[in-house]
This record gives sequence, structure tokens and C-alpha cells, in this order.
Amino acid sequence: MVKINGEQINADGRTVEEYLSEAGYDKKRVAVELNGDILPKCAYADTVLKDGDSAEVVSFVGGG
Amino acid sequence: MSAEVDKNALRQALVQRYGEDITDRLERSTVAVCGLGGLGSNIAVSLARGGVGRLILIDCDRVDISNLHRQQYKVCQIGMLKTEALSENLREIMPYTDIVTHNVRLTQENICGYINEADVVCEAFDSAECKAMLINTVSEKMPGKYIVSASGMAGFGKPDDIKTRRVTERFYLCGDGVSDVESEKTLVSARVALCAAHQAQTVLRILAGFEDRA
Repeated sequence: MVKINGEQINADGRTVEEYLSEAGYDKKRVAVELNGDILPKCAYADTVLKDGDSAEVVSFVGGG
Repeated sequence: MSAEVDKNALRQALVQRYGEDITDRLERSTVAVCGLGGLGSNIAVSLARGGVGRLILIDCDRVDISNLHRQQYKVCQIGMLKTEALSENLREIMPYTDIVTHNVRLTQENICGYINEADVVCEAFDSAECKAMLINTVSEKMPGKYIVSASGMAGFGKPDDIKTRRVTERFYLCGDGVSDVESEKTLVSARVALCAAHQAQTVLRILAGFEDRA
């Protein structure tokens, strides 16, 4: 299980790219924190989520 | 009317508030403010008043009549570049703050060159894509920078839904996370200023050393 935005999710074995697509995120509007660091966008396709990982998808909204 | 106040007198007034050590830390600091709208113009005013020595102000827009309800500009400044208008206002408030301006649209290709000297980078853009671009680009290419960003401050929502979170060691996010200008249809002066104050206070805490112990 992977902890994503505070919830335990059965996303083990999927890449970050796959998870974001399945969960419906707009990749142009997100930053992904994985185990304490911001994951570079170029690593989304090659980074496989593992049991025990902790992630946060920050999905930005407009306004400023 | 415009009595000259010397630099040391202004500094001593800050020392009385903060003490010598924190005044000195803030004075030696540089903060980049990326976007000079409702967030950025308010952040810059708080940081200049708060004693930050050097501000890098970046925006490519001009002051529009629709900005005046929430941004730190005046009717007489409509049509001016925001970088120039805000510099003028900051010089009236705190004449000895060192201000650098860049009248440019920031992109993932050019951003690092403009913020290189900053200790802390404030993301104060309007668009969600630009916000994400800044966080992703700066985190990847300049991992030593602190970033203080904002997401979710549109509409007439309650003031105390605005929060500050430390997402990673060097990335802080202010706002309620959900109030999008596209769905809320409006931005309200006090709520945007409140979110800007969260960002500015977080910057001041980082620079003064209060965030090291988290």
C-alpha cells in the first residue's frame, strides 16, 4: 500500500505517471512529493510506487 | 512633509522590535517575488516593512483598473509596469530596501537566471500551470532554495480556512488548497491579502531562523 494524500491506496507497482492519469490529475497543474522530496517531472514515467511509500500530489488551483 | 529619515534610524526602529540578530539576518537576505498581483504586491509590502534587505520583483504586466480592488497599486498608476509601480510604492514605505526588478514573463527555461541570488522564492502567480511550473523547475534545478507558494484563496470563503503547510523541507504551501478562481468566479481583497500574509510570515520565519527546528 502507498500512502497518497493521507490515504492508503493500492498503487504499488504502478508508475507515478500511471497513478496520476488513473486518478484524473492534470499533470500540468501538479507537483508530486515522494518520501520527502519533490519528484522531478521527467521522473514520473520511470518511478514505480512501492509498498510503504508516502506521497502527496499537490494539485494547484488558480488565483493570486 | 517628506522629512528625510536616515537609514540608521529606520534600522534602529527594527532592532527595537526584533533585536540585533534577527534584524541583521533579515537585512542580509534576498527574496524573489514571482508575480506582483494580489499575492505578490502584498507579500512585497510585508517583506519591505519587515526588514528584508533585498527584493527581486518579477512580473511582465501593467497595472489595470481591475487590479485595484486587491493589489497594492493606486489609481494614478494605471498603465504603469507593475515592477515600476510597486518599486515606487515600496520606496515611499521603506526607502532603503534594495529593489531589483525584472519585467519579464517567467518560464521553465528562464526562471533560474532571475532568482539565482534569492534565499527564498515566493510563488505568487495567478495561473495553476505557472504555479506548478515554478515549484517543479526550482525544486529540480535549484534544490537549495526555499519556496513559499500559494494555492486556494479565491472567493468569499472563511478566513481561517487559509493554512500554511510544510510539504517538504524547503517547500511551503499556503491557502485552502481548493478555492479556485475559475469556480469561485472572484477574488476578494482581504482573503488574498490574508494568504499573502501567510506567505510573507513564512518567509520571515525562514529568514529569521525559526523554521530550522521543525
